[in-house]
Amino acid sequence: MFLADYIKSVYNGVTSLLKGMRMTGYYFVHPKEIITQQYPEVKQVLPERFRGEVVMTHNENNEHRCTGCTACELACPNATIKVVTRFDITPDGKKKKALETFVYHLELCTLCNLCIAACPTDAIRMAQTFEHSVYDRKLLTKRLDKPGSKLMEGVE
Amino acid sequence: MIEEVGTTTEGDLIINVGPQHPSTHGVLHLVITLNGETVKNVEPRLGYIHRSIEKMCESLTYRQFIYVTSRMDYLSSHINNQACALVVEKALKIEVPERAQAIRVLMAELTRMASHLLWWGALGMDVGAFTPFFHAFRERELINDIMEETCGTRLTMNYMVPGGVMADLHPDFQKKVKEFITMFKSKIDEYDTLVTGNIIFQNRMKGVGYISGEDALSYGCTGPVLRASGVKCDIRKLAPYDGYDKLQFEEVIETGGDSYARYLVRMRELKQSLSIIEQLLDNIPEGDFQAKTKAVLKPPKGEFYTRVETARGELGVYVISEGGLTPYRIKFRSPGFSNLSALHHMTKGSKIGDLVATMGTLDLVIPDIDR
Repeated sequence: MFLADYIKSVYNGVTSLLKGMRMTGYYFVHPKEIITQQYPEVKQVLPERFRGEVVMTHNENNEHRCTGCTACELACPNATIKVVTRFDITPDGKKKKALETFVYHLELCTLCNLCIAACPTDAIRMAQTFEHSVYDRKLLTKRLDKPGSKLMEGVE
Repeated sequence: MIEEVGTTTEGDLIINVGPQHPSTHGVLHLVITLNGETVKNVEPRLGYIHRSIEKMCESLTYRQFIYVTSRMDYLSSHINNQACALVVEKALKIEVPERAQAIRVLMAELTRMASHLLWWGALGMDVGAFTPFFHAFRERELINDIMEETCGTRLTMNYMVPGGVMADLHPDFQKKVKEFITMFKSKIDEYDTLVTGNIIFQNRMKGVGYISGEDALSYGCTGPVLRASGVKCDIRKLAPYDGYDKLQFEEVIETGGDSYARYLVRMRELKQSLSIIEQLLDNIPEGDFQAKTKAVLKPPKGEFYTRVETARGELGVYVISEGGLTPYRIKFRSPGFSNLSALHHMTKGSKIGDLVATMGTLDLVIPDIDR
């Protein structure tokens, strides 16, 4: 009786093992079903909504859309963004807020998209870059507005 | 409290498993008292990944604190975000558009499937099978791609906002999900061939780590752990949120109470989630994806509580508002903590090899336990 049970359990073990091995064998002779990507050689095209880092959009005349309202700075949970503003005197003698520098700390950013949702003028967007490794941590603190850029006409 | 590692006066061996151990799925530290190979006592030690998320949330506004909760139970981060969005909506009495609700349910069920797939692969590793991990990750990768396309990130999405979702569905969403469903349906039988029907796996699971329904309730277990002991506890059925009451799905109940029952509950839940997605996919209502809310959210003074069903069980969010910009106090009732507390009861008197297998069926995510 004991021997019959023993032989039965061995038989069951071997058959279920073979069932599993059949699956392994199937994938061995069907290399088309392998989905591994050869990453550094072949780079995947990332979707347009992918959150890589925050960038500021500039047009061909080196103009941006940021009015310096600091809505993104207030929306950010980690103090990633620091907007430095100045006051310009308009021709009719009024003071007007304008962007001086837009400082972005990539090392603090969690890519939560709240700053982009908060921006009223679509001045910033997410870029699809993801290879952010650098040797010096200071390189991760970036200035997003290009030097010499100014506010686009008609953006309030 | 056991302070020393060595032998007790009765000659039992005290050993540490973790905090850096491959079978504990993270930085979980277990102090185990062993008599030979028999487990006499299991004592979990926590705090290795404590980031004081509850305290952190108190300094963030009602829009900002949602993203932190993705980092608690990172495998069902959508559902965590949904719970937080729901509690803010409850406090401010915001009506969520039907389209936003449908998108939320679709995303939550996709997340549940991804989470269960990862659990299935990791459980295979716990009992000594390496192949399931690759099979599970192949399907999970497709879900992650769908998430990446619509939400922008793969794991910590921050897609749910108070009043709806952050962006509308990607135009390719329905096509991609349909491809995933056809692919998944052709592959789910492989899972049964590879693991469920395997006699070695069944011997490791059946009759191991038994807990009765009463005991599981008294330990505060929720989710698949409690449902495997035959107790109805699905929040999607008990207190429907985000339009779950309009959907046809079955609450999965098993009565075995052992590791194998917990395994079967999750495997059957995969199919239920798939049926929910199929029902909704072609019937997403038209309309706004986000309700119009004020730029600054200020809930009235009071206490608010919502609960949702994550992949692991019941997640409760309790908020005390003083009427200001930030919450006065936030408390999360996480499913993992209560499920872990029943581990001692399940494994007392079993062999040490079964401890790892039982722990695998609890589906522990350590950041969810520690917060």
